[in-house]
Amino acid sequence: MEPLTSLKPLIAVLVSLGVVPILISSRNANVREAWTFGAAGAKFLIVLSMLPAVLEGQELVFIVAEVLPGVAVALRVDAFGMLFALVASSLWIVTSAYSIGYMRGLNEHGQTRYFCFFALALSATIGAAFSANLFTLYLFYEMLSFATYPLVTHHQDAEARRSGRKYLLYIVGTSIGLVLPAMILSYDLAGTLEFSTHGFLPHSASPVMLGALLFMFLFGFAKAGIMPFHSWLPAAMVAPTPVSALLHAVAVVKVGVFCILRVLTGVFGLDLLASLNLGVAVTYVAAFTILIASLIALTQDELKRRLAFSTIGQLSYIVLGAALLSPKGLTGAMIHIAMHAFGKITLFFCAGAIFVATGKKYISQMVGIGRRMPVTMAAFFIGSLSVIGIPPTGGFVSKWHLVLGTLPNHQWAMLVVLLISSLLNAAYFFPIVYRAFFCQEDQCLFEDTPKEAPLWCLVPLVITAACTILLFFYPFLFLRLAQLAGS
Amino acid sequence: MSAHYPALLVIIPLLASFFISAAGWLRPPWCFPLALTAMGGSLLVSIGLLADVIRGIPDLYWFGGWAPPWGIYYRVDHLNALVLVVISGVGFVNLWAARPTVDRELPEKAGAFYTLYVLFVTGLLGMVVTGDAFNLYVLLEIAAITGYALIALGKGRAPLASLNYIFMGTIGACFYLLGVGYLYIVTGSLNMQDIARLLAPLHGSRVVTVAFVIMMVGVWLKMGFFPLHAWLPNAYTYAPSPVSSLVAPLMTKVMVYVMIRMVMTVFTVDYAFGVLVLNEAVVWLAVIAIVAGSLMALAEKDFKRMLTFIVVAEVGYMVGGFWLGNRSGFTGSVLHIVNDALMTLCLFLAAGSIIHARGESRIQSLQGLFSTMPWTMGALVVGAMSIIGVPPTCGFFSKWYLLLGAVEGGHYGFLAALLFSSLVNVVLFFRIFEIGYFEPMEASHGGASHGHAHGHEAPAMSEAPLGMLVPLWMTALGLIAVGFYTGEIVGRVIRHAIPATMF
Repeated sequence: MEPLTSLKPLIAVLVSLGVVPILISSRNANVREAWTFGAAGAKFLIVLSMLPAVLEGQELVFIVAEVLPGVAVALRVDAFGMLFALVASSLWIVTSAYSIGYMRGLNEHGQTRYFCFFALALSATIGAAFSANLFTLYLFYEMLSFATYPLVTHHQDAEARRSGRKYLLYIVGTSIGLVLPAMILSYDLAGTLEFSTHGFLPHSASPVMLGALLFMFLFGFAKAGIMPFHSWLPAAMVAPTPVSALLHAVAVVKVGVFCILRVLTGVFGLDLLASLNLGVAVTYVAAFTILIASLIALTQDELKRRLAFSTIGQLSYIVLGAALLSPKGLTGAMIHIAMHAFGKITLFFCAGAIFVATGKKYISQMVGIGRRMPVTMAAFFIGSLSVIGIPPTGGFVSKWHLVLGTLPNHQWAMLVVLLISSLLNAAYFFPIVYRAFFCQEDQCLFEDTPKEAPLWCLVPLVITAACTILLFFYPFLFLRLAQLAGS
Repeated sequence: MSAHYPALLVIIPLLASFFISAAGWLRPPWCFPLALTAMGGSLLVSIGLLADVIRGIPDLYWFGGWAPPWGIYYRVDHLNALVLVVISGVGFVNLWAARPTVDRELPEKAGAFYTLYVLFVTGLLGMVVTGDAFNLYVLLEIAAITGYALIALGKGRAPLASLNYIFMGTIGACFYLLGVGYLYIVTGSLNMQDIARLLAPLHGSRVVTVAFVIMMVGVWLKMGFFPLHAWLPNAYTYAPSPVSSLVAPLMTKVMVYVMIRMVMTVFTVDYAFGVLVLNEAVVWLAVIAIVAGSLMALAEKDFKRMLTFIVVAEVGYMVGGFWLGNRSGFTGSVLHIVNDALMTLCLFLAAGSIIHARGESRIQSLQGLFSTMPWTMGALVVGAMSIIGVPPTCGFFSKWYLLLGAVEGGHYGFLAALLFSSLVNVVLFFRIFEIGYFEPMEASHGGASHGHAHGHEAPAMSEAPLGMLVPLWMTALGLIAVGFYTGEIVGRVIRHAIPATMF
């Protein structure tokens, strides 16, 4: 079908950017938060309004300016971008509510700055989702890197400064050092950067060159946290928890894997990867990351750091799924973006709620916390079920597809990796939940009377936990989008 | 009227400088409006010239009606029309931002300052618009001598730095003149196109080779091409802020233009890249310039001085890009003349604002700047993004063409140097942003267990005056706008300036 020129993608990107001046100038915190909600709601509705057309197989495009010969700042909404944009924009609304509870609950400073950069980061995320070519994707990728720096370093203390440095070193270092030259070389080879269904790189290029390019992209998009470029993510956990929740479980890291998937499908094309046997190489890199990250997660006592390592492992599921080069694997990878997002954001919300209510950050201090915060810990249980991939949660659906994806090409090793990883996930999540609810009276660190975090914190995490379960019964929208994107 | 544009471009500011000088004695308050009007006039004329060029109308001007090759003639083509707009634009915006500093720091020298300022810009405009190799030397000296005087207006070591610059600058200019002399000996002409025509059969001549090399060395000295940069950091650091933000963006860029003009129009690309095989060597020199400039910038403890070393590295970008000898490299180099002028202006204007508000620019003294000077810092962030090369700021696009040129030319050393310099720039600027963002906040509650900065009072704002902020932000937004218009600039202007024989 002919692509339809439409302003909607541009508005969807700019709506959160446009609200920044209002946020800066509003004197009253309630007014400011109302505008944040307004922008988040508007963004979600605009994204949603494009959904019917995308489901019919239509693509919406908007070209801002042709800046280089054959390369424009251009937006295009396709099924995969729509899937990601839906996840990010819907969760922004929930996170905005949570942010209010968290930031006010802890009486944080610089809240205006916080909400401004959050809005900027969301603009960049949706921009990345709707990028029509590699250049536009790079533009929004970089914008996201710099927009999240003040969020990561929000506390403005020595630890934040160190972590911020690490964050920039890894993220910007790889994007300038690897992605930029890879993009130049691709442009030199192909004369274009426009994503196409079978990739734009010429099959005639030398295999060594193509292999080098693939790995430059794979490691260059370090937001995907593929080892050895992963350690910015645990460091970034110094950020306020809503930032960790939306950005470091959903937006930023998913932009990383989104970029890698775009490179695999739109720049190389699955046929080219299969013919050069490059898919296999990527699966091994991803499998290594999955196992090592899960093992490290077992050793972490700080809850957010454990979640961070869990995220690193789960991100590589997505890369692995796509690199399996089978339709089911690709579908699994794409819907895992959504499924993992809802599960992991729930877990982060819970970690933040515990911190707001009790000030505890370490798992060893959370024995018996289920009695004090039953709702939060129930949600935590649901979230961990989803990340492990146990029904009835959305995580099962994506893991099911990923496992099926290993079968057509007989990639048994990867099947085993996925199953071992699930066991490891269970091993690092279940003890937390178990000890939260079932513990000896003398070990229990909390009194029996339930006292939850403020409602602004509690309601969002209940909503995302409920969504996690709903996605098990109704995964069809995301499945449909993933199948459309894969076909 | 439009037929006289090339002459008006230079005559407006030249005449204005006499009036400003007189006003300095009689009516000092008139100096600034007069200078601003002159700069505005030049800007309008140069925009008119660019519009003519884009429409394909040639702008030639024979002074006194003397037909070439006898008389001095001015010629505007796709290459210099763009540079003219940049010079007059930077001259105008920077003059606007200069007033608060001049009023405070040079009150009794205002007449001299504005006169010299306008004359300096006149010299630069003349160098770019002229089609005569000797006339170029004359205007070069006008710009240089006024430049020395402007720099010497600064405090402390400024006169010494200026003296050093005079020695080196004079050597550079003499080398250029010597080159012109040699060319005159073998061709008997001073008109650039006439020389090119007469030079074609003489390409094997050793005199021509000597003329070429000596001229290039002179031009490199004037642009501060490493290792001939030693005069540059001190001169640009100790100059008064409005002078640094005029000279740093323009002088080096105009000399790069002169280099390109000489190679392209006088010696021709075939000679420079075909007969003399210097490309490889010069590009490696540029690689060294970029790496050395970046490393020296890392070692600096003063913000403004750090910027001067960034200028040294950026000169390497442009020289290297041009000497790659391919279309992408050429495009990148010319585009970078435009972009780097704007970025450097943005950074030096920000430095000027900081110095105006704080009285110093040591990196360690920049604490709490994001709270006290949020607008200045906002613009500085945009400028830094452009220097780093983050899209959609314009710095990315010239870097893109330079990188592409390096790949097409198979010159991976240049590619690596550009990427290295980008990464160093990240470090350079985030070091400053860290100090501005984390200190002294950090010190006040560094011991807190989880580091929550509960209820600290933001320090009161002490921004630079609006007269500095508005031009600064115009420049910052200009960086983004030029980024989006890169396609137009390259497609309509620069692409037509590429010599046909270049591949």
